[in-house]
Amino acid sequence: MSAVLQNLVNQPYKHGFVTEIESDIAPKGLNEEIIRLISSKKNEPEWMLTFRLQAYEKWLSMSEPRWQNVKYPKIDFQSISYYSAPKPKKKLASMDEVDPELLRTFEKLGVPMHERAALAGVAVDVIFDSVSVATTYKEKLAEVGIIFCSISEAVQTHPELVKKYLGTVVPVGDNFYAALNSAVFTDGSFCFIPKGVKCPMDLSTYFRINTEESGQFERTLIIAEESASVSYLEGCTAPKFDTNQLHAAVVELIALDNAEIKYSTVQNWYAGDEKGIGGIYNFVTKRGLAKGANSRISWTQVETGSAITWKYPSCILRGENSVGEFYSVAVTNNYQQADTGTKMIHMGRNTRSTIISKSISAGNSNSSYRGLVRIAPTAENARNYSQCDSMLIGNQCSANTFPYIQVNNNSAKVEHEASTSKIGEDQLFYFLQRGIDTEEAVSMIINGFCKEVFQQLPMEFAVEATKLLSFKLEGSVG
Amino acid sequence: MINQNSKTLLEVRGLHANVNGIEILKGVDLTVKSGEIHAIMGLNGSGKSTFAKILAGHPAYEVTAGTIIFNDQNLFDLEPEERARAGVFLAFQYPIEIPGVANNQFLRLAYNTVQSQRGKEELDPLEFDDFVREKMKLLEMSPDFLDRSVNEGFSGGEKKRNEILQMALLEPKLAILDETDSGLDIDALRIVANGVNQLTNKDNATILVTHYQRLLDYIVPDYVHVMESGRIIKTSGKELAKELEAHGYDWINTDDRGNTAGVRP
Repeated sequence: MSAVLQNLVNQPYKHGFVTEIESDIAPKGLNEEIIRLISSKKNEPEWMLTFRLQAYEKWLSMSEPRWQNVKYPKIDFQSISYYSAPKPKKKLASMDEVDPELLRTFEKLGVPMHERAALAGVAVDVIFDSVSVATTYKEKLAEVGIIFCSISEAVQTHPELVKKYLGTVVPVGDNFYAALNSAVFTDGSFCFIPKGVKCPMDLSTYFRINTEESGQFERTLIIAEESASVSYLEGCTAPKFDTNQLHAAVVELIALDNAEIKYSTVQNWYAGDEKGIGGIYNFVTKRGLAKGANSRISWTQVETGSAITWKYPSCILRGENSVGEFYSVAVTNNYQQADTGTKMIHMGRNTRSTIISKSISAGNSNSSYRGLVRIAPTAENARNYSQCDSMLIGNQCSANTFPYIQVNNNSAKVEHEASTSKIGEDQLFYFLQRGIDTEEAVSMIINGFCKEVFQQLPMEFAVEATKLLSFKLEGSVG
Repeated sequence: MINQNSKTLLEVRGLHANVNGIEILKGVDLTVKSGEIHAIMGLNGSGKSTFAKILAGHPAYEVTAGTIIFNDQNLFDLEPEERARAGVFLAFQYPIEIPGVANNQFLRLAYNTVQSQRGKEELDPLEFDDFVREKMKLLEMSPDFLDRSVNEGFSGGEKKRNEILQMALLEPKLAILDETDSGLDIDALRIVANGVNQLTNKDNATILVTHYQRLLDYIVPDYVHVMESGRIIKTSGKELAKELEAHGYDWINTDDRGNTAGVRP
């Protein structure tokens, strides 16, 4: 039985290939010159350059954090190339003009972009390395006043919005990697939902790291004005490389009065091989500001890839009656490490937050939940419910829970529940004794364990996530 | 019911087995024919539950000697899931909880897997729902059970009924009931026993593993075996259970130990 399980767990990464597209790569290393180069390549206004340089200055004064429960060799920030863009051949009028090599890449990924867009009714803003190559459905969205484009484009076409909101949720000096991102980000998505508009479709971005050793620094900014709502999907997959790649993104969400933003992620970056060689370092700062009264920010994440996942999608609940949610499944196998969770900062009256975290560890991996619930003195009647469940597969992996609870208002109610379980021989044997084979049994047990989180995902993502988990954990019990 | 012309379903010869390097079974012999009900009784630690799990292929036990022929096949050639599909069913003493997995989903997957292996038709969720509700009536189970997670938060009696429901769905050739009576109140015992009785017929066989005679008032065995120290030390008809109840297991030690000649084990 354990041999079957071994085979299941050890399936090679499906998306491991490198697309040969000429890249325009900046020389390795980071200094003011490089930042000026990025800014001028992107034809940015002066204020954008100032933003970057301020961030760079902050970054120089900061040191790399070491409190996290993950281990990795020191990163040489001078050996990273901070800019890489497919060489523009000419302006593209339609998908037909997209580089066929690029299209083939999408086909290999199993998500041909145009089909995905057409069939699923999803507008896909494709990030290929750092520059957006094609945006679909833009016109349809424009009809209702929604702006959905690359952030570089937004800097050119809607500078007033970018200037007003960029860095307001995650300030340039927020943390080491956020400062780095603010200094060198090359692209990402921008999304603006005007007052009263419910976005008619899920917005989706397909990220993909392509150039070896080019760290990717995406920047995403989503704004929902009064009574607006949007559901945003982020899906990730990366080609197989032997050297580690740093991925330090920043995502900022802003919800005004009565607005709702739902942000869903399925992350499947290359995790390294079964010996722990290679894989992506996924160090991300994601934060949402529930600024207005009755606003809602909801994070759902399914983290299955990366050698190291280190992120805390958080909510600042400033508006009265605002709601923050965090639903997470983190799967680690082989030598993967994850230190993930959330922060719920309650500032407004009657604010509510829910945290549901599920971690599944197999192989020699390590998974930690780290979460902060802070009730400010101003947060009358704040409520929080947290549930952290860990599942262990095998006896070489580990799971930890680090809850931090700070309550400064005695009307608050904060609940925390945690459990650790193990897919044991007996659980598996029960399925086998009913004629169900090991693969299906593991898949059913895992999906049952994650059900509360999967229910939060948009339908197509939920199906993808279910398959991804079975695939990741096949063969790991024994 | 005993019929000498029935087909031999299970033939165990000289079975020895270890768990964690300690020998638990020390030469078990047992023959079960179609249509028969066998009770295996014995004190805790005598090896009867181990024997039940070995028949189902539990990976924690290592068979060191002996043979088991099930329905003309070498049982050791079959993986646990293949044994289940071939018709070996174990009603667990402690049915495990599976959080988040809906009972109806689990039951349907088990049912359809076994059906397709036997070349029979699978049922879609709606058809299955009708089918399983009918079977649940047999065990006086509320349809709520279908939506709850498998065994999660079930009382002892509810878990045991859920086991027999699975037996009803999978229609095994050989059902092994491991201490199914333990933890049941008298009403639940009657319901479970009634369910089992309705499922037994001339083409299948049942092995009841039990500590107490109580269950055998409701499910009447054709043979009663007494297990001690990893061996079957005495075999007789249903009246043996009554004598054990009256005199205790020590009674065998003084009177009949080792004297199994003349009775087919």
